[in-house]
Amino acid sequence: MKKLPSTLPNMLCVLTLISVIAAGALAYVNQLTAGPIEQNKARTLAEGINRVLGANDAAVQETSTVQDANDNDVVIYMTNKGVAVQAIDPNGFGGTLKVLVGFDDKGTIKGYTVLEHAETPGLGAKADQWFQQGEKGDIIGKNPGQKELTVSKDGGDVDAITASTITSRAFLRAVNVAFHAYAGASATDGQTGATPHQPQN
Amino acid sequence: MKYLNILWNGILKENPTFVLLLGMCPTLGTTSSAINGMSMGLATMAVLIFSNLIISCVKNLIPDQVRIPSYIVVIASLVTALQMFMQAYTPEVYKTLGLFIPLIVVNCIILGRAEAFAAKNGPVESIFDGIGIGLGFTIALTLLGGIRELLGTGKLFGATLWAESYGMLLFVLAPGAFIALGYLIAVVKKTMKI
Amino acid sequence: MAYLLIFFSAIFVNNIVFSQFLGICPFLGVSKKVDTALGMSAAVAFVLTIATIVTYLIQILLIKYDLVYLQTIAFILVIAALVQMVEIILKKVSPALYQALGVFLPLITTNCAILGVAILVAQGTYNAQGMEPNLLTGVVYAVSTALGFGLALTIFAAIREQLAMMDIPKGMQGMPIALVTAGLLAMAFMGFGGVDNGLAKVFGL
Repeated sequence: MKKLPSTLPNMLCVLTLISVIAAGALAYVNQLTAGPIEQNKARTLAEGINRVLGANDAAVQETSTVQDANDNDVVIYMTNKGVAVQAIDPNGFGGTLKVLVGFDDKGTIKGYTVLEHAETPGLGAKADQWFQQGEKGDIIGKNPGQKELTVSKDGGDVDAITASTITSRAFLRAVNVAFHAYAGASATDGQTGATPHQPQN
Repeated sequence: MKYLNILWNGILKENPTFVLLLGMCPTLGTTSSAINGMSMGLATMAVLIFSNLIISCVKNLIPDQVRIPSYIVVIASLVTALQMFMQAYTPEVYKTLGLFIPLIVVNCIILGRAEAFAAKNGPVESIFDGIGIGLGFTIALTLLGGIRELLGTGKLFGATLWAESYGMLLFVLAPGAFIALGYLIAVVKKTMKI
Repeated sequence: MAYLLIFFSAIFVNNIVFSQFLGICPFLGVSKKVDTALGMSAAVAFVLTIATIVTYLIQILLIKYDLVYLQTIAFILVIAALVQMVEIILKKVSPALYQALGVFLPLITTNCAILGVAILVAQGTYNAQGMEPNLLTGVVYAVSTALGFGLALTIFAAIREQLAMMDIPKGMQGMPIALVTAGLLAMAFMGFGGVDNGLAKVFGL
């Protein structure tokens, strides 16, 4: 087959044709993958909530979004096994730190997970493990309502990650923000007597 | 035999990383561990094979003066499709590689092979060239990722070989990427006599 | 003040070459002489700024018509067209500038720093230092990033000019020694790590 010559109509036709085919193909792939992508997001969220609440089948009953003192969104997931709160702190070592923290009905931390971070690998990135149960900076079982969580350098009782004090501070700030959002949400529940999903007796 | 030669050429003689020195951004940016490097290499290889195949099939339909924009559209669509498939079926890898997936579009290796090989050869040869060059890139990235992971954390593919506290963290960080690649290229050049 | 913080952090703390690994190809390719390095930096700054504004507006259109999946393809075509346009306009308007930047313009289309920054700004996933990601912070970020690229490229070129006169072991000549040098530079830039947090405190943010 001979090569098409570079005349103006030829070039226009070919470029248009390629673009239309490309856009059509992508629209098809987009439709094909939209479902699985949504499922993934839902599954990741459910897994995260289960992990921080130490449950296998926590069902989200109510989701609400509030603003913290710096106008960042804090998402509160009320479930039948406790409350999971997603909060951020913008001043980690490498940028924003996003955490999901689980609380029981007294405000005690049941578990946490780091959803997003830009911390240094091998140093600040250890936050995912460092504050878990049995690790050096264990915060599980603590209640930020009795005493704000701070690192020992700032007079608190949580050991900071070695050589990553900035990350540790940012992480604990995010956990405290999560707690205040949780406390605010349960306080409003207390005032109204009951939430819609808890029938009064 | 001819196909084996094309494969061998891509892996060794025209290795995109060690010999042609192309695609340096993903080479340095995604090789903090062996598995990350390998994922990036495989993703690039997938795009390369399909772009080579498509371009070698339609090469005669494309007038010379608009060939570069046409190739770019083909490559960009393939990358976008790959991005969506990865987001759907391998979300973990998608999250780790992040921005570097859409940036496969501007990886000079892909446009380079389209121009230098696929535009002049048939579909079957082009597929083999895609596999060869893709493998060369994947091997290079896995090797670099493995070296950085091992020196930095004492692990290889996630399996601990020695305690993490013996590792030189520097190699996982940005400077280690440059330094490790520099020495790796020197060693490859010496052993291959190229 | 927060703009100053974005400016500082994009140039030094999160330098596009040394910590984000974008724009490495021109960084290694056109860094043999300081003159060409300066020319390339100017061309990148020029195109990066315009490209960021145009792609930001296109992203608004894409979101409006629910076509976000065409992002990569739209952006790369816009950048390619833009580079061509800048080339034609420069040729007509300022032949002197065209003489200086002309050779670098075609290379810019495949500079991943341009597409990378365009995507980061359009998605709002760059480090805006606690401010709302919008067009203004995006442009400040893009300009600062380009300056950071220029700084990295120029320092590196100056070192390589000196390096060319040195006696280097045969195996390390060329790219290997250049990469090791870049590694040492990256290490120096790591010294800025966390400085942005300190500055934020000084500015009272």
